[in-house]
Amino acid sequence: MLFQAQLIHFMSTSTVSSSPAKRKNAVIRLAGYSQDGIQSVGAFLAQLAGSTAQEVMTYMTIPSTISGGPSIFQVHLGSGKVLHPGDEADTLVAFYQDSYDNHLASLKDGGICFYDSDKVEEIKEERGIVHIGVPITTATIEAIGGSAKDRGKNIFVLGMLCAVYQLDRKTISSIIAKKFGGKSEDILRNAMLAFDAGYMWPVHDINHMPMAPGENADENRISTDGNTMLALGLIAGGCRYGAGYPITPWTTIMEQLRSELPKYGGMFIQCEDELAAVSLAIGAAYSGHLAITGSSGPGLALKAEAMGYASMAELPLIVVNIQRGGPSTGMPTSVEQSDLMQAIYGSHGDAPRVVLAPRNVEDCFYTAAEACRIAREYSTPVVILSDQAIATRIEAFSEPDLEKHWVDPVLDLAERDGDFKPYPIDQITRHSPPGSRSAEGKYPVVTGLEHDEWGHPSGNPENHAAMTAKRRNKLIKLAASLPKPDFYGDDGGDILFVGWGSTYGPIHEATDILREAGHKVGSLHIRHIHPLRTDLGEIFKNYTHVVVPEMNDSGVYGMGQLAALLRAVTCDARICSMNKTMGITFRVSEIIDKAHQLLAK
Amino acid sequence: MSAPTEKPTKKQLKADHPTWCPGCGDFAVLASFFNVVQKLGIPHEKIVCVAGIGCSSRFPYFVNTHGIHFIHGRALPLATGISLSRPDLHVFVFGGDGDGYSIGGNHLNHAARKNVNLSYVVMDNQVYGLTKNQTSPTTPIGRRSKTDPRGSIDLPINPMSQLVASGATFIARTHAVQVKHMNEMFERAILHPGFAVVETLSECTMFYPGAFDDGIPRKGGTFDLVDESARDMTSTSEAMALAEETEHAPPGKFGVYLESHRPTKNELENQWLIDAQAKTADLVQKDLLRQRFAAMR
Repeated sequence: MLFQAQLIHFMSTSTVSSSPAKRKNAVIRLAGYSQDGIQSVGAFLAQLAGSTAQEVMTYMTIPSTISGGPSIFQVHLGSGKVLHPGDEADTLVAFYQDSYDNHLASLKDGGICFYDSDKVEEIKEERGIVHIGVPITTATIEAIGGSAKDRGKNIFVLGMLCAVYQLDRKTISSIIAKKFGGKSEDILRNAMLAFDAGYMWPVHDINHMPMAPGENADENRISTDGNTMLALGLIAGGCRYGAGYPITPWTTIMEQLRSELPKYGGMFIQCEDELAAVSLAIGAAYSGHLAITGSSGPGLALKAEAMGYASMAELPLIVVNIQRGGPSTGMPTSVEQSDLMQAIYGSHGDAPRVVLAPRNVEDCFYTAAEACRIAREYSTPVVILSDQAIATRIEAFSEPDLEKHWVDPVLDLAERDGDFKPYPIDQITRHSPPGSRSAEGKYPVVTGLEHDEWGHPSGNPENHAAMTAKRRNKLIKLAASLPKPDFYGDDGGDILFVGWGSTYGPIHEATDILREAGHKVGSLHIRHIHPLRTDLGEIFKNYTHVVVPEMNDSGVYGMGQLAALLRAVTCDARICSMNKTMGITFRVSEIIDKAHQLLAK
Repeated sequence: MSAPTEKPTKKQLKADHPTWCPGCGDFAVLASFFNVVQKLGIPHEKIVCVAGIGCSSRFPYFVNTHGIHFIHGRALPLATGISLSRPDLHVFVFGGDGDGYSIGGNHLNHAARKNVNLSYVVMDNQVYGLTKNQTSPTTPIGRRSKTDPRGSIDLPINPMSQLVASGATFIARTHAVQVKHMNEMFERAILHPGFAVVETLSECTMFYPGAFDDGIPRKGGTFDLVDESARDMTSTSEAMALAEETEHAPPGKFGVYLESHRPTKNELENQWLIDAQAKTADLVQKDLLRQRFAAMR
């Protein structure tokens, strides 16, 4: 019998005795291969957290191979605030020997390692880690039946973790039913069999670690990933037309928009290449719609010429860039923040555009909705600069209030007066889309040639200077209207962290920890990357040190991309850069270490 | 100026005087466009002229309709965006051989296979004119230019066979000197539902004068027409044979090479939209998104 065959290793009995205190946080890392379905286990856990008033943040790596290859999914569950996927895991589930070998180091001292005793043969006794062998492969086959092969192992593990952490079995069963219920009855039955077998596996008797109840009671809590929220934010913001070309990790946005937009009376077109995609979106924008295209780093480079056109022609256009490790093909499934300069300046000529960066999954929605508003209001291209980490991880948060954040799209085909000018020098451009009649019978040409107020091509030197200023001035106007950047912590003192994008969580938590230790620390998180608010320098003056943690290279001059920009804008030589180019997010401890280095100066 | 009529006259369609060189073949193309649009009575505000970059791509400035002058080679995907998102419009794309067959070559294949509903006039002069006499994708072998001082060495593109292979549903070939024929080809292209291309030989008097004299009878050439009565107009193999004949025996045949019908991209995409909306007809859009959120709880 399998039950008799189970292997349980006790490397340190002292840590096994279950503590009666309920845990406020748990970081679980699942390590296996991409075909094992560990991503879906992580997603189930995240969804469970979302629906049981807990916070969650996930982190995963997927190999950039077609099928197979090592993959991890890390879930950070918390009863209170969860800001990052977790520096170290409390629990590791290793499906194979190499998963075990490669990820044991991610476990904290005295952590618990479940491993598939059918696959993992060599155990390392170190750092008081508790090893619990479970014959995951054979137990799953036993539960489901002989044909299971490797399928169902993930659901078995889910059941096991549910028991260990005493998670809400009823809710997770209903999540599984929702996920598999639409498929054949057999699939759902097998999933439940695997789940129950895992749940009943007698590991929880010796090692249960109940989670404290969640503190985020809100019946409208949802859990999903950043790309989904970005796509839905665009819909809420009134965007109905778009085009794209597949590239990781942007693709899931285009897949969702392709399926969703027709329901809202819109359309998303898959194109032959990135150039066609941005051109098609500009065609829709010219036609009077708010349009979106997007890509990841290399694709953004290909779109650069057309984005310059959108600046020149002053068309509302959303361009999403889900950053990944670069340059070139680089590390397509890893995270990096190295496209900031490309997002702001990547084109030819003086081509002003707006750049916004979401800080987490929830913020993807609001950033997308704001991008829509700005694109329309200022008739300009707006880049949304997200990254692989935010795009793929799952978080739980309150459902957006659509009463506040819904915009119906408007196609304005009203007749234009005889004195209509598409490019008035002292006002923001309002185009007359095709289909709108002209009272005087005179129709405009939208153009990438330098033009006068009526859109006629013009090589006049004064006109070019004035039009260049017109296109720049609307960004200055936007800068003046920007809200104060998101600020947290002490409004003066030892250290100010300045972050953008997905560094938000680790910076935020590092700020908490340093403040608890008695330091005066603040953190500023910038969503409006370009234009920046002009008074940032005033805020910086209140601190001894200003640090900019970024996931990009320090470059030839020792400055990361935002750090360099902030130095140029504020002329504040105290701004220092903290860079990471490993394709993974900052650990909280790394940021704290940097702070200690500065404080010791 | 008076208020626009529903059906604009040639006079109302005229805008700036073209900046083309005297004698340029494109003048005749413009005049022919005015003729056909007036004849067909398309509502003035529904006409959109789209172009990329090149001499002929200046077209939208010379037509008083809604127009957009885009970047080099991308007129077709831009026009696809207009056509798909605004099915009420009549979308015309103008450009040259460099714009359409070289830098924008791939877009031609895909606009054709998707059967996007628009009309595309290629003014092929077999030379780069705006940049002053470089070899183009249709320049014949041996012809000297600033980039091929010893004569062009690369096999020129055969636009006709490429269009057939790409799945275009209306493919015609005309000559800017043959005004009546050009009018007829443009009219049929406009009336064709789907992707319609008219390859129009249009002489560059500045850099490649006399390029198409062999298609002008008064200059000793021949203007041989496709005999439609003897052909299956929907047959790609017959169209391909005709395209090859034209390549090997210049100046080749003029007329419609292929005229076939299959659902347009516009119709297929729109059907999805109709089906998707029928399923959720009882919901306002905001509630549709709320429903989506509810599924994430």
